[in-house]
Amino acid sequence: MSKHLIDLVGVRKTFDGEDALKNINLYIRDGEFLTLLGPSGCGKTTTLRLIAGFILPTEGKILIDGQDVSNVPPYKRRVNTVFQKYALFPHLDVYDNIAFGLRIAKLSEDEIDARVNEMLEIVSLKGFENRRTTTLSGGQQQRVAIARALANRPGVLLLDEPLGALDLRLRKDMQNELKRIQQQLGITFIYVTHDQEEALTMSDTVVVMDRGHIQQIGTPEDIYNEPKNAFVADFIGESNILDGVMRDDYLVEFFGRKFKCMDKGFGKNEPVDVVIRPEDIDIVPADAGHLSGTVTSVTFKGVHYDIIVDFKGFKWLIQTTDHQPEGAHIGIKLTPDDIHVMKKTEYSGMYGDYSSYSAEYDEINDPDAVIGEEDEALPQEERDEE
Amino acid sequence: MKNKMLAVPYLVWMAVFTIIPLAIVFYFAFTDTVTGEATFRNIVLLGQYGSILFKSAWLALVSSLLCLIIGYPVAYYIAGCSPRKQRFLYMLVMLPMCMSFLLRTLAWVALLEDTGIINRFIITLGLRPLPLIRNDGAVILGMVYNFLPYMILPLYSVIMKIDPRLIEAAQDLGCNSRQVFGKVVLPLSLPGMISGVTMVFVPAVSTFYISQKLGSSGTALIGDVIESQFKTAYNPNLGAAMSLGLMAVVFTCIALMNRFSGDDGESMVTV
Repeated sequence: MSKHLIDLVGVRKTFDGEDALKNINLYIRDGEFLTLLGPSGCGKTTTLRLIAGFILPTEGKILIDGQDVSNVPPYKRRVNTVFQKYALFPHLDVYDNIAFGLRIAKLSEDEIDARVNEMLEIVSLKGFENRRTTTLSGGQQQRVAIARALANRPGVLLLDEPLGALDLRLRKDMQNELKRIQQQLGITFIYVTHDQEEALTMSDTVVVMDRGHIQQIGTPEDIYNEPKNAFVADFIGESNILDGVMRDDYLVEFFGRKFKCMDKGFGKNEPVDVVIRPEDIDIVPADAGHLSGTVTSVTFKGVHYDIIVDFKGFKWLIQTTDHQPEGAHIGIKLTPDDIHVMKKTEYSGMYGDYSSYSAEYDEINDPDAVIGEEDEALPQEERDEE
Repeated sequence: MKNKMLAVPYLVWMAVFTIIPLAIVFYFAFTDTVTGEATFRNIVLLGQYGSILFKSAWLALVSSLLCLIIGYPVAYYIAGCSPRKQRFLYMLVMLPMCMSFLLRTLAWVALLEDTGIINRFIITLGLRPLPLIRNDGAVILGMVYNFLPYMILPLYSVIMKIDPRLIEAAQDLGCNSRQVFGKVVLPLSLPGMISGVTMVFVPAVSTFYISQKLGSSGTALIGDVIESQFKTAYNPNLGAAMSLGLMAVVFTCIALMNRFSGDDGESMVTV
């Protein structure tokens, strides 16, 4: 797990004078499931295509197994790709599609047969050998594409938004299936997606990208719980992002209030972005909360309600399983766990705003009280109402 | 319902100018020239022209294959160019088609004649003039020259439509550029080859002008013979029978080629 299988060293890629990727440094460990996540145009597919060899880096090096492959053509690389829209050969049937790479490698027909059957087994397509690929459903075509790429026993499987064209239900099934295949075969997967949920569900490591830069690398938990900047916080899940000032280690001020938090290492009085996840916010009666506001909209989402709460002009998104009627006056409570502090970046102020910011928030009577400290002392009745 | 009404003018057109004439051809082919009685004599007489029919088909086939060999690399090259260059080259391929077919053929006569431009040049070099005209080679040359665009255009449009991801997929699976061409591009351009060959073969097999101008008296093709039945021999009944014979040959050839093109997609739904 610790060996570097692929290294991208200072990789830059320019298309028509425009930087698509700027100074990408990334290593991928043997056997891991790594996801490149970001909005369209962020450079994730470019990164994948560089690894596959379809395009060459303008600057920097790509190493596979420690060998510089920056200028090696794709057919000589030990990687295989599952394409976005499958790219199955329409003139070949399922069997011949899967056998394609093996025939090029000039394996014996016996061995090809054994491998193709093994692959059909893995992707659960036994009995489909002689079907034309054009007669298969999207999910089945996807499986053929995976089998075709895996048949070559690549060191790395590259997947370019492979589930993008499938409906939600099938996508969920295929997510599980892909994860199972990856664990069963122990092959390194590099997976490109713009779907944050997909990335969190499947990956060992998530690489969040935007504007040709890597924004953050980490485990799904890290990325979700400790986003590095407003972009990551907003892209991965929903976030309320507020302007704040770090008054001290473990103490942040926003909305004119000081809150206990879990973050340290910022400069004294450094302006920061404060992230509060909508599902972390506890709703309490208006007079029992740290802040109180009015519900302005309620949207039923199945598992929970999305409610927008107006705190004197600044609107937060809160997710709750308890129905709150529109117009209700409610209070919220924040624990230090709920508050995540990030350094200011170029993205500050661009995201996490469910309205325009209002600095005139003074709902709480004592502006100097440090909220969060007295949590342990809350009476039991109030806790039950959370 | 309204959409169906829009098709009516063409349906009428087709009935008046395709179905009815075809019926008349059938009627003539199976009636006697003099008495007008129903007869199979014209069809039986076709046997005498079998060798001409065969020769026509043969020359047309050779021309089609030459067009394919010449046209494929051109189409492949154009399909790989930048869109701007593609438009320009496409126009260049189309350009000869904008000029009169007769004029183009006559131009070849002027070039190839015993006293034509090429031979006069050869004579000035002090060499003996070459027999460039009045032979099968000249007829094939005329066919290839005139019908080449019909080969290039369908090939170009098919090659253009090949998904570049399929080529990447082949590279990804270990194909070098030669293998990519042989395993993916060539098989996927087969429909273009079939339609190109058909588009060249059909007009070539029935042409009469090219063979009259560039061929010898011995290279009369079925088109020439049919023409002469109407214009000089005054036997429209035999001419009609020959037309039917030609149609049969063309249909057979097209059917054979479609057979080769294989089972394209939908027709192969199994299991």
